[in-house]
Amino acid sequence: MAAETAGPRIRRAPATAPGPRKETLGGERLLLGLVLAYVLFTTFWPLAELFSAALRPGEDGRTLGLMRDVLASRATGRALWGSLVTSGLAVALSTVLGVGLAFAVSLIRLRSPAALVFLILTPLLIPSQTMALAWIELAGSGSPILGALGLAPAPGSANPLYSTGGIALVMGIEHMPLVFIATRAALRTVPADLIEAARVIGVPRHRIAASVVLPLVAPSILAGALLAFTAAIGNFGVPALLGIPGRVSVLTTLIYQRLNGFGPSAAGQVAVLALIMTVLAAAALALRSLALRRLAVPLPAGRPFEPSRSSPVGEIVLWLVVLVIAVMPLAALVMTALLPAIGVRFGLDTASLAQFAAVLANAAVRRAFANSLLLSAGCALVAVVVAVPFAYLAVRRPGWLVRALDVGVEAPWVVPGTVVALGMILAFLPPLPLIGVSLYGTLAILLIAYLARFLPLVLRPVTAAAQTADPALDEAARIVGAGLARRLACVFLPGVLPAAVAGAMLVVMTALNELTLSALLWSSGHETIGVMVFALQYEGNSTAAAAVAVLSTGLVFALCAAANAGARWLPERILPWRQ
Amino acid sequence: MREPALPQLAARHLSKAFNGVRAVDAVSFSIPDGAFLALLGPSGCGKTTLLRMIAGLEKPDGGELLFDDVAVAGPRGVLPPEARRLGMVFQSYALWPNMTVRGNIEFGLKVQKLAPDERRRRIEEVLEVVGLSGYAARRPHELSGGQRQRVALARSLALRPGLILLDEPLANLDAHLREAMLAEFRRLHSVSGATFIFVTHDQEEAMAVATHVAVMHRGRLEQVGTPEDLYRRPQSEVVARFIGRGRTLPVEVLASADGLCTLDLAGAVLKVAGHAPAGPGWLCFHASDLSPAPQRGPLAGQLAGQLAGEVVNQIFQNGVYASELAPLGIDVETISLALPERLAPGTRVEVQLSGGWVIPRRSSATPTLAGGTPATARSPA
Repeated sequence: MAAETAGPRIRRAPATAPGPRKETLGGERLLLGLVLAYVLFTTFWPLAELFSAALRPGEDGRTLGLMRDVLASRATGRALWGSLVTSGLAVALSTVLGVGLAFAVSLIRLRSPAALVFLILTPLLIPSQTMALAWIELAGSGSPILGALGLAPAPGSANPLYSTGGIALVMGIEHMPLVFIATRAALRTVPADLIEAARVIGVPRHRIAASVVLPLVAPSILAGALLAFTAAIGNFGVPALLGIPGRVSVLTTLIYQRLNGFGPSAAGQVAVLALIMTVLAAAALALRSLALRRLAVPLPAGRPFEPSRSSPVGEIVLWLVVLVIAVMPLAALVMTALLPAIGVRFGLDTASLAQFAAVLANAAVRRAFANSLLLSAGCALVAVVVAVPFAYLAVRRPGWLVRALDVGVEAPWVVPGTVVALGMILAFLPPLPLIGVSLYGTLAILLIAYLARFLPLVLRPVTAAAQTADPALDEAARIVGAGLARRLACVFLPGVLPAAVAGAMLVVMTALNELTLSALLWSSGHETIGVMVFALQYEGNSTAAAAVAVLSTGLVFALCAAANAGARWLPERILPWRQ
Repeated sequence: MREPALPQLAARHLSKAFNGVRAVDAVSFSIPDGAFLALLGPSGCGKTTLLRMIAGLEKPDGGELLFDDVAVAGPRGVLPPEARRLGMVFQSYALWPNMTVRGNIEFGLKVQKLAPDERRRRIEEVLEVVGLSGYAARRPHELSGGQRQRVALARSLALRPGLILLDEPLANLDAHLREAMLAEFRRLHSVSGATFIFVTHDQEEAMAVATHVAVMHRGRLEQVGTPEDLYRRPQSEVVARFIGRGRTLPVEVLASADGLCTLDLAGAVLKVAGHAPAGPGWLCFHASDLSPAPQRGPLAGQLAGQLAGEVVNQIFQNGVYASELAPLGIDVETISLALPERLAPGTRVEVQLSGGWVIPRRSSATPTLAGGTPATARSPA
């Protein structure tokens, strides 16, 4: 090559002559092996143990004998009926409220839609045991709010919520946002043209809503309602706090009571109950995907409908509904927490922080806070560490095994938490092979259960972020000779970090107040906040329970606020609500 | 010093299928050290897949790929891209957004465990070469498209590879920048002494930069040659029609000797350059090979190599009438040539052929290869 060209000359690197060798996918194989081992250990093994326990032969050796015995028992029938009735009523309430609110918010021009929508979504953000506690305080004879209005039940009478209707009411409100979100999202995709076309030919407004808009969003409403049904079937906090004192039996509480009464040795027997719940949840989810795929009509893209008409009366009614479902129960909870003792009437003269001081001085409560913080932070950290390479494999090196794992890790999030917890007991109660130590009765079993259940909360956003990234970024790093570990750390991780942090925050917020798994897996010294609220209420110390519930809810909001304040030091787009 | 005749890159029967579709079909070629090869073809012809196999990003289903006579992909295994020590500029540039310009260039140097002093020297050197000194602290999103392109080039050059691959590097730039970057590629090619392989669907680009052009069509390599070879001496009907918007007319070759074919074109007998044996052939030519024959005067109607056609359509363009003629006596599409005047549709025009090239019809179209690699047997598709 002639050297007369202008500019600095770049010397050629000496040619390397590497002999042919196998494609170095060794790193990726190792990574896949680690992910596989992790998913097998935390997810597949416990669920497999559960199924094999449920399908065991009975004491007399008949095939599926255990299942036949459990299915034939009267208690099972009562609990199944209880689950179906409470969930069915709850879904009806969720659907009516969710659809009504979604239509109102979408069709009326509101002064502050963001605040209203946030309040409508609060039942979803508050853990179910706190929700149940708040409603107990609101509806009980000592209700600080109803009492002030003169509407409280007579002192000494049972709380009217300790009933099938009460469970359905609280669960219905708790799961209403699921229907609301589905309906509102569907309403946003309805093009304004369709509504305007109906108005031009003179169709009255209420007929437009009923005959044009409703049929278009019906599949989404159905899908939201089925999601609410799955949530209601798996709900533990509400039936535990309302149903156990009210003697209303449902599947989740029956499993809890059996395990509490007979110890973990009853796990095999109640596995059948867990299997029934799984079948119910799976059937609802299968119907949901059918509704979304078969019934949904493809809509033309177009400018979405913008509400133009304000309705002062409608707006006042809307705020009243939100006040009742979101604000009043929480206010009652806070007021109860401010009472010095049970039975004292709430007033400015009686309010004190004595309960907060008392629970914070309690070693068990402090331990519960420490455990929950440790568990949720640890779970979030491990979930990120697992999800990042997992998402890399799923997006960059898809294969049948990765796809199967990707679907499989959803299972613990989709099935009721009680089912996951039972699987954990069945898998980890016997001593672990090789090391001979049982994880049952340690914090480790809680961590594994949390990891199995909450991994999708990190994996989904991370995978979604990885899918939008340019695959050439990874290829360019391979071209310059970077190995797998280096590409993961320097090229892949920076791209998915915002999604990973957002997912980790969601895990912390969800895991901090977790009850369903903890209620079955906790042990003395290894309590969690959710277990503590439940136990205090169970003992009859409702003011202390309210104080702990208020503190834990406050802690979640404080974490959000802290993350918000630190947002400028974080990479952009990290906090889900700051976009 | 390497022997200049030694081919640096060779492919033998290289194949790759996606879901049963042959993206690259038994491709064989070899290019000498220091060449600038353009892989040219319409989108979906397999040129990017071929480039990605050279990079090691795709694993061939069959065949062999050799760098300096050492197999990097073949029946005995595939060398991963990490170990191939080449440079690549991606269509999207693929600059790592979390790193600065300096970080992007330095990453590969760190991976190769170069000392900090050497890294700093190389970064300064390549930034100067691409004209971006002073931009080292910028982030990719703070740069224009052309500057990103230069960073991507600098990143490849810093490692001093013997082979640099460019995947449609100009696709995301506007026309003005494209011109400038083409000149830049030529300059960097001579400065670096590396072999460049450039994928493009734009023959103007390919002709402008490449010493060798490989035309691909439906996964097959139609021809490798210099830009002039492709234009003047196409080896297949596909190349003849693709390059320079060439035209082909079916002819009957009567005899062939000394690089000249005697052929029968709609009754007229003429001699045109080519190596086609007697039998059916294609007469390949471009619009510039045609000119109107003198219509009046003593020689009118007597010159050999004439063809007659009727005017179908005319457009006034660049000072002449670009005209479409329907040739008389041959059942083919129209031919186009420039006429000095407007003529009524249907007017008969006598046309003179001053160039052209003859190839056999239904040819096996085996590409002859620069550097003399053996001919390819084509598997029936």
